[in-house]
Amino acid sequence: MAMDDVQVKDGVDAETVEAVKALSGAYKYGWNTEIEMEYAPKGLSEDIVRLISSKNEEPEWMLDWRLDAYRRWLKLTEPDWAMVDYPKIDFQDQYYYARPKSMEEKPKSLDDVDPKLLETYKKLGIPLKEQALLAGVEAPEGERRVAVDAVFDSVSVGTTFQAELMKAGVIFCSISEAIREHPELVRKYLGTVVPVSDNYYATLNSAVFSDGSFVYIPPGVRCPMELSTYFRINAENTGQFERTLIIADKESYVSYLEGCTAPQRDIAQLHAAVVELVLLDDAEIKYSTVQNWYPGDENGKGGIYNFVTKRADCRGDRSKVMWTQVETGSAVTWKYPSCVLRGDDSQGEFYSIAIANNMQQADTGTKMVHLGKNTKSRIVSKGISAGKAQNTYRGLVSMHPKAKNSRNYTQCDSLLIGDKCGAHTVPYIEVKNNSSRVEHEATTSKVDDDQLFYCRSRGMGEEDAVALVVNGFCKEVLQALPMEFAMEAQALVAISLEGSVG
Amino acid sequence: MLEIKNLHVQLEEEDKQILKGVNLSLEAGKVHAIMGPNGSGKSTLSYVLSGKGGYEVTEGSAHLEGNDILAMEPEERAAAGLFLAFQYPVEIPGVGNMTFLRTAVNSQRKLRGEPEMSAGDFLKVVRAKAKDLKIDADMLKRPVNVGFSGGEKKRNEILQMAMLEPKMCILDETDSGLDVDAMKLVAQGVNALRDGKRTFLVITHYQRLLDHIKPDVVHIMAAGRIIKSGGPELALEVENNGYADLLEETA
Repeated sequence: MAMDDVQVKDGVDAETVEAVKALSGAYKYGWNTEIEMEYAPKGLSEDIVRLISSKNEEPEWMLDWRLDAYRRWLKLTEPDWAMVDYPKIDFQDQYYYARPKSMEEKPKSLDDVDPKLLETYKKLGIPLKEQALLAGVEAPEGERRVAVDAVFDSVSVGTTFQAELMKAGVIFCSISEAIREHPELVRKYLGTVVPVSDNYYATLNSAVFSDGSFVYIPPGVRCPMELSTYFRINAENTGQFERTLIIADKESYVSYLEGCTAPQRDIAQLHAAVVELVLLDDAEIKYSTVQNWYPGDENGKGGIYNFVTKRADCRGDRSKVMWTQVETGSAVTWKYPSCVLRGDDSQGEFYSIAIANNMQQADTGTKMVHLGKNTKSRIVSKGISAGKAQNTYRGLVSMHPKAKNSRNYTQCDSLLIGDKCGAHTVPYIEVKNNSSRVEHEATTSKVDDDQLFYCRSRGMGEEDAVALVVNGFCKEVLQALPMEFAMEAQALVAISLEGSVG
Repeated sequence: MLEIKNLHVQLEEEDKQILKGVNLSLEAGKVHAIMGPNGSGKSTLSYVLSGKGGYEVTEGSAHLEGNDILAMEPEERAAAGLFLAFQYPVEIPGVGNMTFLRTAVNSQRKLRGEPEMSAGDFLKVVRAKAKDLKIDADMLKRPVNVGFSGGEKKRNEILQMAMLEPKMCILDETDSGLDVDAMKLVAQGVNALRDGKRTFLVITHYQRLLDHIKPDVVHIMAAGRIIKSGGPELALEVENNGYADLLEETA
């Protein structure tokens, strides 16, 4: 916890120190790992792009791709249409590359990884090493195993269960490794879902992404375990720009989890990721995120600026993608995981819980672009605002002329806690054929004093009562998460709303 | 068990006095009933005792087994053994009835420094108690009070009471909106909890509930005061003659 090293003045009793420590612990991942880092010089230029590319030992085509993105980025302007307000970001005052010194020599296996890094992930509840050790051993009955790729600042520090996944033909590795080892796949798919020119942050990411995860599931394979990436921003003044590419070939299936945390720092940090999902005929991807980046303090100091572009391309007929997100962290969130329903009979689903407390601002939602015939989409968004936070749902449902007999259902609920926060719903609907159907339902409600009193009169504390009512409000989305994640998310909902009442 | 002395209460928002010096002394194991016309302050008394916001105690006291409950948070009062069966039970969408009950039971145990009840034990107990109240498995799974009929809501209140095992039970117009059969079921549930130690305060408009839950003492409340106390016969008197005579008597 951040206050482990509280300075104790003479005459302050132990109890007070304990109380202060307990109060400071609202964001429980706010500690920092003391580790020797190697940085690229501050700022952004063609040289930095070249440096990142050479650090990753990339081939020429990759460098060219990055430089093309960088030159495009120079001509773009930052978008300002989102309902978020933050000081202008000085893109020259950021580090674009940071990696632990110990990673200079690429570790051959997890045994070569700096124990401090492994300790960091263990503290976060992700024992990489144990998981790898378990690889050869039969898992106890009922216990599901999860393969993890852990990204620390700019580099991937280790991927577990790789060998076992290989047996099934699944490729799960860091994207920098994929660029070196599987260039044919990366070249074929990278940037085909989110093009280099897509938007300001995606273009920036294309130029400077340093690492991220890569997944390929071959035809007909059901991935034997859940895959997961864990992102941790540790270094100060450092942006994290990861890139994830998942390809689900014909008739394959994968469930992918993504978790994020960062230390508690006074200065805001930038995070601009791109996630691309490619689905061929009859493929299915479930992509779940629990985003718990540091949200800044109650006065809005510090926190992560989270500008993320996530898109799934249902290229194949009958393919199916499901995005589930629990967004509790970040000072500013700008994120719209989308589905391009290109294949006939393809399906896209989006389930979201976005919690904004204190001074947090979230502008999040989805885009469902129906291109193929008989395509279906479903959007369930639950926004919770507390403190002085602003929470906006922004969503597009678009039915193209050829998307005959397509359907969308959108349900968009907002819950307010207190009277200083705001909830906004901005739906965009375009229908260009006569046979499709679009439904949109939206509600806004307040956490009711009667509900809280009812819970408290039965013995629950005020914050437990709020957590119970809010978890009830989010239930449909929590149910869409994989079991282990659902438990974690439920606890996170309670933690995120601490101090929001009374 | 519960001692209420000279309790004066007004609304926080406006300068309106509702209780004007209520005195009540409830001995352990007894059933007291409060009857009275609309607007006499009966429900306010139940809310103030259980700690609902919006009221200000301007004078007087209330002690549960010698502890000043007016100084406690609502959840602390619950953990100390006070229970209010609501006149209008509140709906909580998305929260399973069973989850709610278990959270309540374990929250109280935690406040009292007792170990939590295991999932297995809880399930056994809740199933047995639900059966007595003709509450089926489906009703335990549904979200708290959402889509429940009037009778189901009141039975659910009694189930919570049975699970929480309070020392002091306040029933606020539990008979309102119930047909005869539902009322009998609820009364049976309450009677099953009468064990000679548990104390009840039954607030009602009508005598008919008191046919099923036999009170030891009956109080008549009007205009924020207890104006008359007596035995069960007092309730019958009200039933036959209305409140008008009593009100004149004390005016």
